[in-house]
Parts: sequence; structure tokens; C-alpha cells
Amino acid sequence: MTSSSPNTLFPFNADRWLAFVTRTCALFSAIIVLLVVTFLALESWPAIQHVGFGRFVTDASWHPLSGLFNLIPMIVGTALTTIGSLFIAVPLGIGSAVFGCFYAPPRLAGFHRRSVELLAGVPSVVFGLWGLVVLVPLLAPLGGSGQSLFAATLVLGLMIVPTIALTSQSALQAVPSQLISGAAALGLQRWVIVWRIALPAGKSGIKTGLLLATCRAMGETMAVLMLAGNVAKMPDSIVSPIRTLTTNVALEMGYATSEHRAILFVSGLVLMSVVCIVILLMDFAGGWKNG
Amino acid sequence: MADADSVVQPQVVCASSTSSSMGDRATFRDGTVSRDGPMSRGAAMSRAGATFRDRATFRDSAKFRTVGVRVKESVATAIVWAAAGLIVAVLGWILADIFLKGVSEVSLSYLWNDMEDAGRGGGILPIIVSTLAILMVTLATSIPLSLATAIALTEHTRDLSTAGRLVRRSLDVLAAVPSIVFGLFGNAFFCIVLGLGYSIWSGGFTLACMALPIMIRTTEQAIRAVPDEYRYASAALGMSRSTTMFRIILPAAAPGLAAGLVLGIGRALAETAALIFTSGYVTRMPESLSDSGRALSVHIYDLAMNVPGGNARSCAAAIVLVALLLMLNLLSAMLTRYVGQKTGTSMFERNDG
Repeated sequence: MTSSSPNTLFPFNADRWLAFVTRTCALFSAIIVLLVVTFLALESWPAIQHVGFGRFVTDASWHPLSGLFNLIPMIVGTALTTIGSLFIAVPLGIGSAVFGCFYAPPRLAGFHRRSVELLAGVPSVVFGLWGLVVLVPLLAPLGGSGQSLFAATLVLGLMIVPTIALTSQSALQAVPSQLISGAAALGLQRWVIVWRIALPAGKSGIKTGLLLATCRAMGETMAVLMLAGNVAKMPDSIVSPIRTLTTNVALEMGYATSEHRAILFVSGLVLMSVVCIVILLMDFAGGWKNG
Repeated sequence: MADADSVVQPQVVCASSTSSSMGDRATFRDGTVSRDGPMSRGAAMSRAGATFRDRATFRDSAKFRTVGVRVKESVATAIVWAAAGLIVAVLGWILADIFLKGVSEVSLSYLWNDMEDAGRGGGILPIIVSTLAILMVTLATSIPLSLATAIALTEHTRDLSTAGRLVRRSLDVLAAVPSIVFGLFGNAFFCIVLGLGYSIWSGGFTLACMALPIMIRTTEQAIRAVPDEYRYASAALGMSRSTTMFRIILPAAAPGLAAGLVLGIGRALAETAALIFTSGYVTRMPESLSDSGRALSVHIYDLAMNVPGGNARSCAAAIVLVALLLMLNLLSAMLTRYVGQKTGTSMFERNDG
């Protein structure tokens, strides 16, 4: 990089000033995360103090206005939708990445990648609207109103496909081409190259994508809010309505006061800590790469 | 694997496949990898060190082996094509359905008129104005902040190496925080602690926090993509670092910076959950930035969920939003291509730091 000498003509040193201002801004950008964590913690403190974590699992049900705060149905809802959506999105996403890297004719590969990027850019509220207008009437014959665990999981799965597809494709493209051409020179079938060489070699990048997709699925609010039916009870079948931690916040934040409000912040804090842990784990695995 | 078949003779393999000359990946997009079933399987095993599930095939006749391998290959091809096709089909299905259901409601007067009957009649002018106002606050906050942070991370990294890493880590975390958590934070911090209430200010600031990570990352990549020769030449001419920055590097990186900006706008426009409890959902025309205003995405949600018979109207609003996003996407693609031509690098390659 260039080095700067003190400017002898002006007492005002523009370089130092620039460094100072930009560093201050960088610090400020970094502090936002701390600010978020601090405010979530501050706001959820009354709930932790007066209600305590125990009652989030031991209370009879979720009736916040009568002082019953059982969060288990919401936690189960979040877990079920997240896991279910991964089951849908992982094969589709990795399949799409493999297609883009190894199977598609070059022109089609470009088109396919642009489509996936477009799908990644579709706002979650539009996914929710589509699910509500198109998918829910189609699923209604299965039982219930159609707004169900199944509908939410299905749309959530489609939403996180692009995340997995794009990160897996970058990971596969980063596999050294010597490995691939070496394998091809040995006369391997294409699917053997993909399955035995490319996918194992790109494993860490694909894992990163899966973790990011998990974070996204857990944190998704709008699409789930519009499709899950939002009943705060344990689901007893795949077509029964459910409520997740995020939609619980979105539904009740408008009128929640005191402890009830604080509990909503606790769910926010829980989501935030899970995300932090995932990102830090990824860092730990990546060994401060990219820094 | 005690099978005699599984012992590979590398020389033979090379001899048999030199004719197909596998130079690079492109070679086997054309579909002629090899006809040499058993060899290739043995080689796969020794190459990847993996165990085989289907030893039985090794004992079968050569002809049968080839057929089995071909069947597997075509099954794999079919599955992969199906997965890719399904994704494109879903995208087409979503866009087509929303378009067909809402297009009859969209007209110039729809964009230009005031809202009536909770959105079932009239237009969406107040919504558009609020959305633009929120976007303006977001950009006014996040552009300077992201530009300065990116400059600090690229040009002053050596002095900041530990701090630089910490900043990047925290931005990574920020990028993964769910939007509803931003909504909670925005409500607690901007609305209550800073006393801004449900207002365009609160919504804009909350969105700025959300758009910051992606804008910083793209800005950083755009600045890094400027060849170092520019910096050396500038230093050789005796220009100071700040002059180099503002007169040489930023102008050279301008298309990349614009692409980052477009991505940030896209992220902000698509956001809903963070806005419900920060900018609120009042449908009146906002008179100042301290008024509450309903963003387009919140409008889509509200019409679909809370207004009976609002589905078609909701689709119409979704068409407007998706059209905006598509235009931004196109713009970003064009800018990125321009950057790629200019500097020979793609700015969306990850891990290029």
C-alpha cells in the first residue's frame, strides 16, 4: 500500500483525518451488533428475573394475558419448520449447484444461475402471498384450513433453496480443477466425479451454506406468519396449524406490555444467540479465514 | 476390496483415456467422459479413498457392467436436471401467478391515487411515498457509514488487523441476524430509547442496520478490485493517500460501488418484518419523517392477511414491488458486468480478501 508523508504545506493532515474518520465509522458499524444484543438483553431482563427460564417450559400453555408463558409449542414449531425445510432444500439446492457446475450446457448454466439469483431476491412477503393465494387452497383438501405446518415448511424450503444452491455452487467451483480433470482423465463417470470427488472436496463450503440456510429458515417471519395458521399449540399432525418463535413476536408485539413484551424479547435473544453461535462456529471451523 | 478387478493399472487407464484429452472442466460438459466402466470405478475408489457399495457389479460381465454404469449415470443426470428444472419452474410459477392475479388492478391511477377502503380501492401513492422516504433515510445513513467502513477495512487494514477481523466478524453476525430481531431492536432502541416513536426515521435507521453488512462487503470488494498499480502510480506521483482515495480509487470503483448500493436498496425494499414495529402501518400520506408510514412490503402483508377480499390488491402491490426489484437486479447485473470487463474480476466472488 502507499505510505503518506506529513503534508508540509497545511497543518491539517487529510490522511490522518481520513484514517480517523473511517476507523471511527468502522468501529460504529461493528458496535451495532453489540447494541442489538445489549438492547435485547435489557428488554428481556424483566422476564428472566420475574418469570424465569423454568416457567417457559413448565407453564400449562401460552396465554400471556393470563400470565401463562409456555414457549415449548413455539420452539417445537421453529424446530419442525427449520428441519422440514432443510429436508426439502438440501437435495434441491445441492442438485441445482451440481447441475450448474457439471451438467448444464454453458449457456443454460448462466440462465439457471440467474434464475436462482432471482429466486433469492424474491421478498419473503411475496413468497408468503404466493403460498397464501396459490398453495393454501391446493393443500386445503389434505385437512385443516390449508394454513399448516406443511404449507409453511414447503414454502420455507423453497425460500432457502437459493442460499444453499448459490453457496454450494461457489464451493464446487472452488474445487481445484486438477482434481476434476485428473478424475476425468482416469475415465471416471460424471456422477462418480461429482459424488466421490467434487462434493467431498467442496464439503466445507457446502456446510457453510447449510448453516447460513438454517439461520435463515429459523429467522424467517413473514412467509411463516402468512402460512402456518399461528395457533400456539403443539401440532398433532403435519396439517395442523403451528406458531414459531418469530411469528409469535410478530403477532403479539403490537399489544404486548411489561412481562409479556419482555418474553417476546427473550425469544429474540434466543434466536440472536443461536445465530451468533453458528457464525462463531463457522469462524472457528474456517480458522479466521477471509480476515 | 480383495477383488482382482479393483486393482487399477494406472498406465492402462491413461493409455485408454488420452484420446479423449481431458484438459479442463469444459471438456466433459459435452458428455463424453469415458466408456471404461470398471476401470473408472476402481480409479474412483483409489482416488477418493472411498469404499464401494456395489461390489457385485465387479463380478459381472463387462457388457453388463457398462449397462449398469450407464443406467446409474443417466439416473443421476435425470435427478440433477429435475432439481434444477424444479427451481426454475417454481420461480416461474410464483412470478406468473402473482402477475396473473394482480395485473388487472395495476394501472397508472393505481400508482397515483390516494388509498380508499383499507386498500380495497383507490391507489397506493401514500405507500410509495412512505417507502421512498424510508429508503431515503436508510441510504442517507448507510451509504456514508458503509463507504467509510469499507475504506477503513481495505486501506487501513494493516494497522487494524485484529480490529479489522473483529469488525468483519461482527458484520458477519449482523448479516445473519433475523429481520424480526432487527424489528425488536429497532422498536426498543429507535422508537423508545431515542424517542422517535413509530416513524419513518425509526424504520429507515433499522433498515440501515440491516443493509449495512451487504453494502460494506460489496463496497469493500469494489475498492479491492481496483488494481494496485493505480495506487503505486499515484504514490509515485506524490499524491497523498486521501487524494488517491477520492480522486483515483473511488472513481475507478464507481460501478462496483453502485452495484453494492443497488443490492442494499434491494434488501431494504424486500424487508417487512423489521418495519412492522418500527415504521408502523399507518396508511395516511406522511407529512414529515416523524410520521408513521407503511412500506410497500408491509402493505402486501396487511392486505393479504388482515383485509378480507384484499388478495388481488395484494398481488397488485406485489407486482409493483417485484417489478422494482427486477429492475434493480438488472441494473446490478449490468454494473457488475461492467466492473468485470474493466478489472477482469467478478465482484461477487467470495473469499477474495
